[in-house]
Amino acid sequence: MAGSISSERARSLAAQPLEAFGRSEGFVRGTTQSYRAIWAQRGLLSLLVKRELRARYKNSALGILWSLVRPLAQLLIYYFAIGQILGVARSIPNFAIFVFVGLTAWTLFTEIVSSGTSSIISNSGLVKKVYLPREIFPLSSVGSALFSFLVQFVILIGATLVLGQFPWTANLATAVPAFLVILLYGTGLAILLGGLNVYFRDLEHLVEVALVVLFWASPIVYSFSYVHKFLQGGIIEQIYLLNPITLGVLGMQKAFWLSGSRDSTALNWPTDIDLRLWIALAVGIVFVWLCQRVFSRVQGDFAQEL
Amino acid sequence: MTTLHPTIVSVQGVSKRFVMHKDKSIKERLVNAAKPKHADEFWALRDIDIDVEAGSTVGLVGHNGSGKSTLLKVVGGIIQPTTGHVLRRGRMAALLELGAGFHPDLTGRENVYLNAAILGLSRSETERHFDAIIGFSGIEDFIDTQVKFYSSGMYVRLAFSVAVHVDPDLLLVDEVLAVGDEPFQRKCMDKIAEFQSEGRTIILVSHSAEQVGALCDRVVVLHAGEIQHDGDPANGLRILRAGYEADRKQSVVAETEPTAGGVPEYYLRAAETVISNSARDEVTIQLEVEINDPQPSWGVGLSIETSLGMKLYSMTTFESSVALPNTRGRHRLSVVIPDLRLGAGQYLVNVGLGDQAGRTFHRVAGATSFESPRDDVGHGLIRLSPRFQVSEGLHG
Repeated sequence: MAGSISSERARSLAAQPLEAFGRSEGFVRGTTQSYRAIWAQRGLLSLLVKRELRARYKNSALGILWSLVRPLAQLLIYYFAIGQILGVARSIPNFAIFVFVGLTAWTLFTEIVSSGTSSIISNSGLVKKVYLPREIFPLSSVGSALFSFLVQFVILIGATLVLGQFPWTANLATAVPAFLVILLYGTGLAILLGGLNVYFRDLEHLVEVALVVLFWASPIVYSFSYVHKFLQGGIIEQIYLLNPITLGVLGMQKAFWLSGSRDSTALNWPTDIDLRLWIALAVGIVFVWLCQRVFSRVQGDFAQEL
Repeated sequence: MTTLHPTIVSVQGVSKRFVMHKDKSIKERLVNAAKPKHADEFWALRDIDIDVEAGSTVGLVGHNGSGKSTLLKVVGGIIQPTTGHVLRRGRMAALLELGAGFHPDLTGRENVYLNAAILGLSRSETERHFDAIIGFSGIEDFIDTQVKFYSSGMYVRLAFSVAVHVDPDLLLVDEVLAVGDEPFQRKCMDKIAEFQSEGRTIILVSHSAEQVGALCDRVVVLHAGEIQHDGDPANGLRILRAGYEADRKQSVVAETEPTAGGVPEYYLRAAETVISNSARDEVTIQLEVEINDPQPSWGVGLSIETSLGMKLYSMTTFESSVALPNTRGRHRLSVVIPDLRLGAGQYLVNVGLGDQAGRTFHRVAGATSFESPRDDVGHGLIRLSPRFQVSEGLHG
């Protein structure tokens, strides 16, 4: 009986091809192989995301609500400090919604990038002991960031409904490229920085600082009209608009901040924002591809560097 | 023959170079950038070629740092080789560390699903095996407890039982078979035997010669990243031991040379084993000892082990009242062991010369060996001569 099981196994094995493992493919040629390997692990990916979310809020009384506390606290701070005290709210109608739209988009990006950067190191136990396509660790950071984004997004939509500001206009379509741009650049950076962080541990701290700077480089607590008034559409404004996250945030504002188009005459986003977003999106796809290729180059030595 | 035992793993010309950076941070690298090369490199594996047939159990043995775990990781795809490549087919499960990927804050149940997915099981497969996994681990009552509250034994038992239910064609094992209490270890060994009978391939790294001898049908001895032996286990373990012994001698020499000048006080010149033909159970071990520098006391220690390294017997002359000569020169000494009823096979005799305080003057592993002839009835480690009695006609 056992003999038949074993010869059965031998037969089925003989039918499978011998596949190369651990061979470093060319920079371009390995693409499909990488993606196929990641796709094959999508079940594990969703488990890892769940693990992260579950473990994060286990043993805490408020549980998932905590993912709201931080952005809400930020919202209150910016609303009062910048909106009311500095008076920005006077020229930005519905300032609370404006800030929350920007914060929601920005939080998605930062969460992806900062947890993605440390994802390989924090999963070093697995990386060193089990072979998996290592991209799934930064990708699982993306997954859990998407979850918190979803929670915030639901709150945002709820708030617009309550305040009678639900953005049911054609501008809503801009949300699609805007969201994808933020997601793509976040994911690309998470993969790239997650991989490089194994070799240069300083990156984690550098990323923290860079995110603080980038926060102020995007129109989240101030509107684009201020930037435009200040720079008068010069070359510096174009450089400012090269930042894909800035474009993403602007796109989100166009889509969800109803007052920006209805109650405000100022230039709250460049008129060609949609075109810029679609270009950024196309570049973003190439960017993610490049990041993944670099990652697959450096990942071979993870197990020994960790 | 090729369809019966297809190659499941083919390691082709694999070498692995490790570069050990001394500086990790950007600051350190910048500071040290001017220096020519601030990194040490060494070759953990050099030009390794191994083909593993499906259904075989291969033991990778070697000293610490010989590259065996690295080789296992290369086969597992965890480390990429510097040159060469590894071809593989079928489903692989790597047991390099039990409970890798267990999250302390999750319950046993959640961790089972997660760990099974990490080892390559789909959700529906895990559900099908779930009861078996829990049953095997024997921790039903705690399955919904967070694993951080588990005892270390419970932890590894759960991890091990997940791993053995993954249904791999190829199982890579690194020193993890000795987990849990004795009954659980027995269960593990039974599971491994079941795996073997089901034609699964096992590659294991172990320091336990006994375990390797008992499980493997092929042993690869690695030394400094190179294959020293690839083939039958008995020979492989002998070579491994000889290597250990050479290392030991070297370190002993290195330790004693400056003071003692290299010549031990007592030196075993020769050893030989004679099995008397008339009474085949009588074994005589003849030793020739050279005494260079008589000490207050000395004695002979002797042990017999199987070729696979299982210790059967050991004794010293201190336990008996024999008076040994203690003058400069060569002396002959015979140890007669009557009635040594060993089963068929090759046996090694290790001889050591030392004093009662525990000092060792000279020690030779496998100083001599002997072969016990084939049995008449039955087989095993000992030889018995069973008689059969038939009582007839109980209900005549």
